[in-house]
Amino acid sequence: MTFLLGSGAGFSGDRTDAAIPVVAELIRRGQPAALVFETLGERTLAAAHRALRDDPAAGYEPLLEELLAPVLDDCLTHGIAILGNFGAANPDGACRVVAELAAGTARGEASIGRVHGDDIRARLAELDLQRWEAESRELPGEEALISANVYLGAAPLVEALGLGAEVVVSGRVADPALFLAPLMHHFGWAWDDWDRLAAGMMAGHLGECGAQVTGGYFADPGFKEVPGLATVGYPIIEVEEDGRLVVTKPAGTGGMVTARTVKEQLLYEVHDPANYLTPDVVVDLSTVRVEELGPNRVAVSGIRGKPAPQRLKTTVCYEGGWQGEAEISYAGPNALARARLAAEVLRERLTFRAPPELRSRLDIVGHASVFDSDAGDLQRRLPASDSGDYRLRLAAEHAERRWVERATQELLALYCAGPAGGGGVRRQFQRRVCTASYLVKRSDVEAFATLFEASPVNQRRAAHGAR
Amino acid sequence: MAHAEANVTASLAEGHAVPLHRLAHARAGDKGDRLNLALFAYDPCRYETLVAQVTEERVLALFAHRGASRVRRYLMPGLAGMNLVIDDVLQGGVNGALNLDGHGKTLSFLLLSMDVVVGKT
Repeated sequence: MTFLLGSGAGFSGDRTDAAIPVVAELIRRGQPAALVFETLGERTLAAAHRALRDDPAAGYEPLLEELLAPVLDDCLTHGIAILGNFGAANPDGACRVVAELAAGTARGEASIGRVHGDDIRARLAELDLQRWEAESRELPGEEALISANVYLGAAPLVEALGLGAEVVVSGRVADPALFLAPLMHHFGWAWDDWDRLAAGMMAGHLGECGAQVTGGYFADPGFKEVPGLATVGYPIIEVEEDGRLVVTKPAGTGGMVTARTVKEQLLYEVHDPANYLTPDVVVDLSTVRVEELGPNRVAVSGIRGKPAPQRLKTTVCYEGGWQGEAEISYAGPNALARARLAAEVLRERLTFRAPPELRSRLDIVGHASVFDSDAGDLQRRLPASDSGDYRLRLAAEHAERRWVERATQELLALYCAGPAGGGGVRRQFQRRVCTASYLVKRSDVEAFATLFEASPVNQRRAAHGAR
Repeated sequence: MAHAEANVTASLAEGHAVPLHRLAHARAGDKGDRLNLALFAYDPCRYETLVAQVTEERVLALFAHRGASRVRRYLMPGLAGMNLVIDDVLQGGVNGALNLDGHGKTLSFLLLSMDVVVGKT
């Protein structure tokens, strides 16, 4: 029988009403189903650790109540398991929120599973760490360390479902593992059935970014039209026991599922398509096929799997000093020349008003900004126009907040001491988080699940270790 | 929708240079300081044109000003597409860059600004 995977969120800060039509459709279909909220990015986790440091009750997904409240009652009533990495730095805190929300449902309670083992900060120094190839940063000193979390696979999530959890709360797990887990639980696939594991992981990969597979992040007017983007329907992936997948979305929602929307998401954040690494399986997409079966129904087949890697990715977040930004607008006749003069003045001022280790960058938004280098190579190459609407942006970083403040204050001073007609200065500062990624031995990671508020006697460690 | 896209491709004259944007669509993804750009021909008939002209060398040159150090291209003929993986192009990545788009999400459209000659393989 088909298993349905619904997506309710693709990142922290995603639309909080997305799960409502997804759950309505899952109920209408009446097939076994799960709903997944993916809300954890690299920096989200560091922000959560900071929040936890300031408030022991915080540190989980800030929008958790808004995401769950509209659908929790229906999911509990209809046996739709909910899985989310919304525990972030404080899964227990998230479990408490879920328990409180469940108390207000018709049932009055829910069985809540909690995944353990991703947070390895305390053991980081003693572990055998290999550098992850797409990043080249040194491991920070202990004093700067904010968090260190392993990307766990699906096993502890499956364990939680096996314990009877109706809502599974995790911190860092590989995003698609949130989708693979209910498939493993439902179909009972073997942990070395690589082709099925790969199909399940890709079902998760297609669903993990929410609307990115259903027409979100796709529209390019005149080239790629997407209907109803304001009410884009989040994906539902139909999965068969043999690993066949169909991507679809709830009836009556906006957006669209086509071969093109599916292809774009299929390779999203993938490097070598023949060796896409996940904690549970190495996915081979070299023979993948994408086929439109009908309106908003796209089949994905030909996914193959290879044995899981022996090391798991771990992301370390650490304090990176301060970052500040400030902007000022120039518009109308000769605006670009005035904005450029403002940039020159700022650059010169910073040479004698800021310490040499202050790193800064100037962009002229509207002329060359997002595509440019820190040194402004594109800006210099582009021809000047007589008039326009430009915004000069300064970004600066330094270990000490006061130097970042002073740099942005130099932009503020352009109000009186800069070129004519500048206006609309905004300034902001924030702590800077840096990340470095490593690979740890699978055997060094202990991942397991417990039921929230279960007695410690019943909490058992997973026999299968780090999956 | 299909009608609008048909007009776009129908106006392409063989032998003329056009932005890649006319022939293909793309999406960017980031991990660390590495960017991947998935590129797909609208019309599978144009796939060979992309293979011939969107080379590792040209993509590296297009992103050189950003500090790109290496481009690897993975062809996906079954999808009429390719995956371009570019190292060191994100100015430190989402947690290190000072630019407006640390993820590099907008860079799919820098790729699509590359000129290609229609029909030339």
